[in-house]
Amino acid sequence: MLRMEARPSERKGCFFVVNTNLPADLLKEWYYRMLMIRRFEEKINEKFLAGEIPGFVHLYIGEEATGVGVCSALRKTDYITSTHRGHGHTLAKGADVKRCMAELYGRKTGYCKGKGGSMHIADFSIGMLGANGVVGGGFNLAVGAALAVQLRKGDQVAVCFFGDGASNRGTFHEALNMAAVWKLPAVFVCENNQWASTTPLHEATAVTDIAVRASSYAMPSTIVDGNDVFAVYEAAVEAIERARQGGGPTLVECKTYRIKGHFVGDPEQYRTREEVISQLEENDPLKNFFLRVQNEQLLGEQELVAIEEQVAAEIEEAVRFAETSPYPDPEEAFDDVYVEEVS
Amino acid sequence: MRNLSFSQATLEAMLEEMRRDERVFIMGEDIAKQGGIFGQFQGLPKEFGYERVRDTPISETALVGAGIGAALAGAVPVIDMHFADFIGVTMDEVLNQMAKMRYMFGGQATLPLVLRAPDGVTQSAAAQHSQSLEAWFLHIPGIKVVIPSNPADAKGLLKAAIRDPNPVIYFEHKNLFRKSGPVPDGDYLTPIGKAAVVREGQDVTIVSYSSMLGTCLEAADQLSQHHGIEAEVIDLRTIVPMDMETIYTSVKKTHRLVIAHEAVKTGGVGGEIAASVSENIIEYLDAPIIRVGAAFTPVPFSPPLEKRVIPQVEQVVEAVRKARW
Repeated sequence: MLRMEARPSERKGCFFVVNTNLPADLLKEWYYRMLMIRRFEEKINEKFLAGEIPGFVHLYIGEEATGVGVCSALRKTDYITSTHRGHGHTLAKGADVKRCMAELYGRKTGYCKGKGGSMHIADFSIGMLGANGVVGGGFNLAVGAALAVQLRKGDQVAVCFFGDGASNRGTFHEALNMAAVWKLPAVFVCENNQWASTTPLHEATAVTDIAVRASSYAMPSTIVDGNDVFAVYEAAVEAIERARQGGGPTLVECKTYRIKGHFVGDPEQYRTREEVISQLEENDPLKNFFLRVQNEQLLGEQELVAIEEQVAAEIEEAVRFAETSPYPDPEEAFDDVYVEEVS
Repeated sequence: MRNLSFSQATLEAMLEEMRRDERVFIMGEDIAKQGGIFGQFQGLPKEFGYERVRDTPISETALVGAGIGAALAGAVPVIDMHFADFIGVTMDEVLNQMAKMRYMFGGQATLPLVLRAPDGVTQSAAAQHSQSLEAWFLHIPGIKVVIPSNPADAKGLLKAAIRDPNPVIYFEHKNLFRKSGPVPDGDYLTPIGKAAVVREGQDVTIVSYSSMLGTCLEAADQLSQHHGIEAEVIDLRTIVPMDMETIYTSVKKTHRLVIAHEAVKTGGVGGEIAASVSENIIEYLDAPIIRVGAAFTPVPFSPPLEKRVIPQVEQVVEAVRKARW
């Protein structure tokens, strides 16, 4: 059994107290998922720059702990809505890396049969209700999924991932108010990565902490170090359990940082290289996790190496799967506009 | 067969569908306790409770967005837009989410969702409460659009829309809610995508729908009585998918076509029908296709101004006479 000490966060406004006995399997799961996302995104970066992936892609590097921490506290049948930066959420919820890769390659074997790509990846079989090309597009979808659950007296929870930029959309206000007034089983997870495309948080947002906005809806909120999967997980468990027990929605703000540009190919003239390097050195969620489990001897060297090898192999297999999968037949462009049969 | 008002007919449709399928629920602004502006929801909460017949905050974006999310998660939502004009508030949800989700997720999503949108001119409601916007949605793949003109179809199309696994926008003209007509007994559906020939004739085809259909039938009577012209009148009933076959069949017989709607003529449904007829069966036409629609202005408030911009019987008569050159 593992013991973790409470420690203050270096970040202003963050606090977390982790004092939980967590099973080793959960820690291994975290490392596996976070590393899978990191390696997936690195591979996408490489293949996109090589011209092998069409469209445009937004990478989740640096934010892995939020998606993984939250999704590891969810059940397979729970719902999530995602963002334009959605590969990480999809993999964190448990999607098949091969079909994710194939979708980004525009292949027939992808989750959306090549019709969605990076910004519209989805896996309904695990409750992943879609990435979203419209910033702030997921709030109300999560509210609706939570409403459907409440109407059928189910016990599922709907989680909406969103960025600090999206909290300036009107959809944020309408969704949080509606979820609060109806006590819906929803959790709003803000990934405050400090950047809304090329605009820093302080230029576009009147508050530093998105979490304070929850008070407008009499909604409980919490702020955690989004680069610490332990802290994210603990906050997520509390919020998800509150939602599941009928206690209504919570806003969880995860302070994190977008290590990569807004999109692959972003010249990033709006910030210094030093800023990114210092964030990567101090706040890389994978490094944080790795150091902690080593320092506190939570996982052994062999276990970590085994996970790294497994992830590397799965990524290579996913690339091979995507690259050898066929493109959709052009005539498939006409499928799925409507459900053909009317019951 | 009974005589029911349009709003009674839609109320029956809701009652029957909510009894049939417990996944069906309805939400909107001021629908549960007030019973709807036109009484079209009167009594529903008594049978189904305030959860399934739900008053919402004034949050049109959340209303439609949550409707979509609920549909994705297995419910069958009916969303009342209060006024069709307010779809403008929630257009991203309609355009970028509702219409595209099934497609962009490769068929994983099913959205059995109905947006009820009371539209059209009535009682000097002025520019922001009087529009007919069906043409917008003709231009967006992924949505079905229905638009009844009488109580029987109001009921049959609403029931069909609720049972349809696709998102359907159901336009109901505000001026029709209190109008009565025969409604069949029992459980029936009006098929989506099927137009109806409501008056037979051999001299000219008039295609219309919604409130304007009544105007066209009056015009057809006048044409018959005063001008010896027998018009065939088609009630389109569905805008998407459009029943072009019924229109082609009629035009092949009459060789002349007039399309009339209350929506602004420019960029309207009439233009799409005219273009399709020209592309496909121009050899059957003996005259130019004439469109009748509202003037290119917002809808004004004062009664004489309102009447001036919305097509009246005389304009339809005049259009038919032009198409008879």
